[in-house]
Amino acid sequence: MNFDDTPQEAAFRETARKWIAANAPKELEAELSKSSLGRIRLAKHDIVDVGKAWQKKKAEGGWACLHWPKEYGGRGATPIERVIWQQEEGIYGKLTQPFQIGEGMCGPTVMAFGSEDAKRRCLPKLAAGEEIWCQLFSEPSAGSDVAGLRTRAEKKGDQWVVNGQKIWTSGAHYSDYGLLIARTDPNVPKHKGLTMFFLDMKSPGVEVRPIKQANGMQEFNEVYFTDVVIPDSQRLGAVGEGWSVSLTTLMNERMSIGSRLATGVPEMFEFCSNLMMEDGLAIDDPAVRSKLASWAVKSSGLKYTSYRAISALSKGDRPGPENSIGKLVSGMMLQDIASYAMDLQGAAGVLTGADEETVQGQFQQMLLSSPSMRIAGGTDEILRNIIAERVLGLPGDIRVDKDVPYNKIPTKGR
Amino acid sequence: MNFDFSDDQKQLRDQARKFLTEKCSPKAVRIVLDGKAPYDKKLWKGLAEMGFLGVAIPEDFGGAGAGHLELCVIAEEMGRANAPVPFSSTVYLAAEALLIAGSDAQKKKWLPAIASGEAIGTLALFEGKGNPSPKNVKLTAANGVLNGVKRPVADGAVADFAVVAARTGTSGRDSDISLFLVDLKAGGVEVKSLTNLDPTRGQAEIAFKDCKAEPLGAAGEGWSILTQVLDRAAVLCAFEQVGGSDRALEMGRDYALDRIAFGRQIGSFQAVKHMLADMYVSATLARSNSYYGAWALSTNAAELPEAAAAARISATQAFQHCAKNNIQVHGGMGFTWEFDCHMYYRRANAMALGLGSLTYWEDQLIDRMRKKNAA
Repeated sequence: MNFDDTPQEAAFRETARKWIAANAPKELEAELSKSSLGRIRLAKHDIVDVGKAWQKKKAEGGWACLHWPKEYGGRGATPIERVIWQQEEGIYGKLTQPFQIGEGMCGPTVMAFGSEDAKRRCLPKLAAGEEIWCQLFSEPSAGSDVAGLRTRAEKKGDQWVVNGQKIWTSGAHYSDYGLLIARTDPNVPKHKGLTMFFLDMKSPGVEVRPIKQANGMQEFNEVYFTDVVIPDSQRLGAVGEGWSVSLTTLMNERMSIGSRLATGVPEMFEFCSNLMMEDGLAIDDPAVRSKLASWAVKSSGLKYTSYRAISALSKGDRPGPENSIGKLVSGMMLQDIASYAMDLQGAAGVLTGADEETVQGQFQQMLLSSPSMRIAGGTDEILRNIIAERVLGLPGDIRVDKDVPYNKIPTKGR
Repeated sequence: MNFDFSDDQKQLRDQARKFLTEKCSPKAVRIVLDGKAPYDKKLWKGLAEMGFLGVAIPEDFGGAGAGHLELCVIAEEMGRANAPVPFSSTVYLAAEALLIAGSDAQKKKWLPAIASGEAIGTLALFEGKGNPSPKNVKLTAANGVLNGVKRPVADGAVADFAVVAARTGTSGRDSDISLFLVDLKAGGVEVKSLTNLDPTRGQAEIAFKDCKAEPLGAAGEGWSILTQVLDRAAVLCAFEQVGGSDRALEMGRDYALDRIAFGRQIGSFQAVKHMLADMYVSATLARSNSYYGAWALSTNAAELPEAAAAARISATQAFQHCAKNNIQVHGGMGFTWEFDCHMYYRRANAMALGLGSLTYWEDQLIDRMRKKNAA
């Protein structure tokens, strides 16, 4: 049990630190420091533009997707080195937001199932931020039950023709490529008739429409496919094996453990340390302290859980479903913290402007955004099912659609 | 960075688990629970023979000289087995106080006796209601004798010696408190057993009447030593709580797989699954916080005060949560004396108070985090 760097790790940290000091976009430092809880506010710049510039610089210096093999644009770094890099990258890591789905999910899937040509064509550009990727899994009728998806891909010669609709696609509006799961055989049970592809988002027939969200922002999209042609060379894995390919994608999502999971605790601690109430500072109030302490130990527990996972990873163990706890705990916590911070603000808590008394409305934004944290990437309920079934070994739910051909499953409005 | 126990330490954990599975079955625990023995003497002797009592005591003082990480893995197994022995009082509190503040002669007298199982020690801190605070120490020390009453004292009725917190000044500062070492078999004390939530670990009242005592550590340093002892014990107790949480979760899981209702395993109902998943989450957070505490304890890191408080809070919450919901998963059977669920429920709730309540440690954590942020 040792938190200190080994001599090699210390040397790596030193190299990373020096490189960052020499190359990071310091002009953005102040704004990035103020941006919290996943909301990046840059007055004069678009996050995609400055993100691409930083990613390109990193790629040139050998710091992009650094756990990937060198031939695909990475550095061949160890899991620990990746964590050290993230620690050193600090606030500049916020600039990687547009690339996280590509780096965390799409890239690894291409790496595992793509042809050598596809890997050499796609991965270095993904790593360098030249091309942004999105993930096209969820559909209007297939959220938690994603294997019930309807988007069809039909084989015509050595091509596939895709028709259907995806939803909740983050970043589709600025993505160059997408990872797509589609139904290739409706006559077999739902998990067995799926196939994975990747496609050029500028292909004819692809239409991206932004969704106005409950928090008033637009980060997600609907993506419509009308006779979109995908060459068979862009299929990932065998026909009908899309479900197991998608599990690899999700497992890789779990590998990005240790990366930046917002909990709201540092913001809340600072807020309570400065908030003057009738009887003194909020942080001196026993009720506030009690809640703050409970949140703080959840947050530190998550941090050290990810350290344990990284240690296991560096010994060659595969990250398991137990890492699902991160989002489950932090999603609920964000929502609770936001609501309690507003409670402490009293009547003024209703104000969402940049007023002094509500700390620029950051908790109000957090309140409005936090429901999505409990839904996107697996709802709280699905995550609990995963923990119960895959970690604790409890039986799966009784499924009425099991072993039923997909096109015989009762549904609404097909 | 390597945030895990070593292979040797894991082997020690397996060894402890095997030993305790054999020697500390629920049936054995029930002998103490039912009041037929004050503690499991045979198990205590066995723990000494295995070298577990002195695992963190240096070889010069009759211990194994292994270290605190080794003690953490043993603590986890003690918690998992719900062991009915005065382990925490003797090993986490009395021995740690001696290691921190004892003179060479004091260490020579008591540490080898702890390691060999001949001496049971405890900490006499509380005087009725209230959390650890210099203000709550009323027992006085003057001219080498103590006068006052301590209650509750964990394992006080079976202890051979006690580390006693006493008032030696009236300035209102922490330096009013000094620690003393008392041989409880040498007279000057009246010991009375008290009924308590968890009969598998006794509680007592000790009345000191002109009781001879020798100083432990420098005069006026008592509170500062005590704070260190409580922090160290908080980490070690957290491992017991983690072991207990895991066992309660396993019991609930096993029952959910075994029990059939409405024509199916109750573990297939989401209401039950989600309850068990939430137990897993709190047990995992507690384990991770405790690992951090173990690292800080074993390296005597500057982070220990904060790490200890976090481990304490997280592990207390987890054990209470898991023990409570284990009963819920079991339904009516969980509320019988016959099923073991209540033993963990009792232990979880008693442990939540032993070193100071959850509220106390939450307060400590916030103070310590502020101190760090200010630095």
